[in-house]
Amino acid sequence: MDRLPRWADVALVPLISLLLAAIISALVLLFIGQSPVEAFEVMVDGALGSPYGWGYTLYYTTSFIFTGLAVTVAFHAGLFNIGGEGQAQLGGLGVALVCLSLPWPHWTLALAAATLGAALFGAAWAAVPAYLQAKRGSHIVITTIMFNYIAAALLVYLLVDVLRPQGQMDPATARFPVGAKLPTLDQIPGFNLIFQRPVPANVTLFIALAMAVVVWAILWRTRLGYQIRAFGKSEAAAKYAGINPTRIILVTMILSGALAGMMSINNVMGEAERLLQNSSEGAGFIGIAVALMGRNHPIGVVLAALLFGFLYQGGAELGLWTSIPIEMRIVVQGLVILFTGALDMMVRMFLARIFGLFRSHKLGAA
Amino acid sequence: MADMENAGRQETAAPFAIELKGISKAFGPVQANKDINIAVPKGTIHGIIGENGAGKSTLMSILYGFYKADSGTIHINGRPTRIPDSQSAIRAGIGMVFQHFKLVQNFSVLENVVLGAEEGALLNTSLAKARKVLTDLARDYELDVDPDAMIEDLSVGHQQRVEILKALYRQADILILDEPTGVLTPDEADHLFRILKGLKEQGKTIILITHKLREIMEATDNVSVMRRGTMVATVRTAETSPEALAELMVGRKVLLEVEKKPASPGQVVLKVEDLRVRDEHKVERLKGVSFEIRAGEILGIAGVAGNGQSELLEALGGIERATGRISLNGAELPLSGAGADGQSRRAAGIAHVPEDRQRLGLIMDFTAWENIAFGYFGDPAYQRNALFMDNDALREDTRRKMETFDVRPPDPWLPAKSFSGGNQQKIVVAREIERNPDLLLIGQPTRGVDIGAIEFIHKQIVALRDQGKAILLVSVELDEIMSLSDRIAVMFDGHIMGFRDPEKTDERELGMMMAGIAEKGAA
Repeated sequence: MDRLPRWADVALVPLISLLLAAIISALVLLFIGQSPVEAFEVMVDGALGSPYGWGYTLYYTTSFIFTGLAVTVAFHAGLFNIGGEGQAQLGGLGVALVCLSLPWPHWTLALAAATLGAALFGAAWAAVPAYLQAKRGSHIVITTIMFNYIAAALLVYLLVDVLRPQGQMDPATARFPVGAKLPTLDQIPGFNLIFQRPVPANVTLFIALAMAVVVWAILWRTRLGYQIRAFGKSEAAAKYAGINPTRIILVTMILSGALAGMMSINNVMGEAERLLQNSSEGAGFIGIAVALMGRNHPIGVVLAALLFGFLYQGGAELGLWTSIPIEMRIVVQGLVILFTGALDMMVRMFLARIFGLFRSHKLGAA
Repeated sequence: MADMENAGRQETAAPFAIELKGISKAFGPVQANKDINIAVPKGTIHGIIGENGAGKSTLMSILYGFYKADSGTIHINGRPTRIPDSQSAIRAGIGMVFQHFKLVQNFSVLENVVLGAEEGALLNTSLAKARKVLTDLARDYELDVDPDAMIEDLSVGHQQRVEILKALYRQADILILDEPTGVLTPDEADHLFRILKGLKEQGKTIILITHKLREIMEATDNVSVMRRGTMVATVRTAETSPEALAELMVGRKVLLEVEKKPASPGQVVLKVEDLRVRDEHKVERLKGVSFEIRAGEILGIAGVAGNGQSELLEALGGIERATGRISLNGAELPLSGAGADGQSRRAAGIAHVPEDRQRLGLIMDFTAWENIAFGYFGDPAYQRNALFMDNDALREDTRRKMETFDVRPPDPWLPAKSFSGGNQQKIVVAREIERNPDLLLIGQPTRGVDIGAIEFIHKQIVALRDQGKAILLVSVELDEIMSLSDRIAVMFDGHIMGFRDPEKTDERELGMMMAGIAEKGAA
């Protein structure tokens, strides 16, 4: 197959994929007797039309950056971490335990400690499947999926029987102390000029962006990243070079799990301010799509996370303001994942053929 | 009917089995075949020779219907023929024997021959018919193979015969063989050439694609030379020489013989005792080999691929676990557990150019500069500080090594997969030799490497020897072993059959040892 120019590979392919997803989504809307134009207007207006909408879009984006990065790191080592969901929920547990342990005097201290707790719990939850893969050959895809279920069950038990305060009805922890409350964008000087109403997006957004830079630096600027990428490209060659497979699998999955776990400072600490059941709400799975669409590069992940943030918020608006069922948001997400992830090669091959035509014309003229 | 008459008339006018006229084929910007003209007379063996990437395989793929030519025509027995797929090629009487056999391992010979050419719904009638045809073919062409043997139980040479039988069973008149001797012992290769001559006498036409000049000289009537997608010459084999062909292939004069002074071996660098390796199925692949290599000496390991040479290299390189004892300059090295990995071996002074550079030696998606650090990423020279790598220094080092080893194009940013086989190998050799190792392990140094680069790599190996380094050379090319080695060990079935002095042995004796026939010689 002919190679595509880099700009086409990075920008044109995802763009066309998105367009195709949009077209099919529009057809589905027409089929159920709704107006695609109206739906699109509501989504764009609700998610991007006001600072308030952006406040929600960026809140979702923050979570997706973390889980997208988690999948990305593992992917570069040739590991498919589908356990982001479970790792994020365990991260939430870490956040809750940290936040509830002390009457935190200031949010910065609480944030530092909670970030550490989230990363540790997420990493620990990923380390077990990693160990099983490295030492016992249990396939990491299978074990991480199973660990999602175990995490969910574990949290139900803990929330119902252990962490639930006496007299409270719903399975959740107590509310976190005031000192552990993270400033939202409307409370940050400078940003409060734009965000004048309370929004869920909070300081965690900046941690997410910082982590994107950190992930990039680790993968492409350190010896560890070099070894991770080499191992991911060819396990046999890595062995020739003397790269220790066990170490790489463990370290990579610990990094990946830590990133997934850190997502919980956004939703558990920044928004809910207590640990609820199913706190991650599927963001762990969205991370797979985000990484796929972002070409497993931190910049791509940030952009893809923004897109999925838009879809999440826009989809919610659909449910609020139109008679279009909220499930439509799942359909649209599904189509975006289908076209940008699974059917990516279709667009790529089509484009390669077109570029090939141009090239042979140029050659013929020369 | 008119067609037939027409064809008959043309046949008398042009008695060519195959005639290709003006064949061109481009893959994107790469012109793989440029206006190729070739005419193969009926009942001859026609060699096609050229370096890797010269366009031989593309041309044959067009003839066999795998690719469609951008322009040009194919004439079979004087008749213009369209070959859009391999079924049409078979109908036109063309049979292909691929370099990598396409046989079902757990089917019998008979079943493999019939596969895809069954007649009717009942398998038994086809099998009975095939059995009779096979018996006749075996009698006529020295192609005897037990029809009921399972493929997995056959030697490589016999498997190749099954491939030829498959083509003949489909009534091929024109046989194309792609690098047929790559996996054969010299004896098996001789047998193959006898079969081909027999087929020729029966009026079959044979096209032999190879990069081995000796085989061309030995087996063909005419030879066509390809270079960079064009057909540069077609000559009668009797009227040319290996030197002339090599020059045509490369486009300049080439030194076929390796120039080297007699060795002056120093003290023992590597000592190997009773080295054994088991594969993942617990089958012993290396069955207790012992030898020594001295400083300033090249020990060549001859043998048919798959007789334990790969395991030997990988055990010494720290890739495979092994038992036994090895010591480097008197210091024993661990063979399993901690310290038995590629990093420790490099630290001890062993460099390793692996047999399969694309699978082991390089990360094909990595850039040249990333590959120069492969295995040596711990080098302090490549570290900027405790945290980050110094990629600028690494690229500078790469640029320097690419220049010294004449890697083309000398662009550190190019991914390894964009280089030709020869230049990929130069990157690996540059990386390993420039480390100034005490011992160099080098496997198949010139596999898939063009003649110009072969000359260069051989010179580098000899130069390293002359600096007083020990070299373990593994190659399936007997010529290479004979011309480079100071001492030859022949491996068969995981054992060393014996050691020979290259000055005092010949291909026949080594060939017998490679087939496991000679008695085990004393070390």
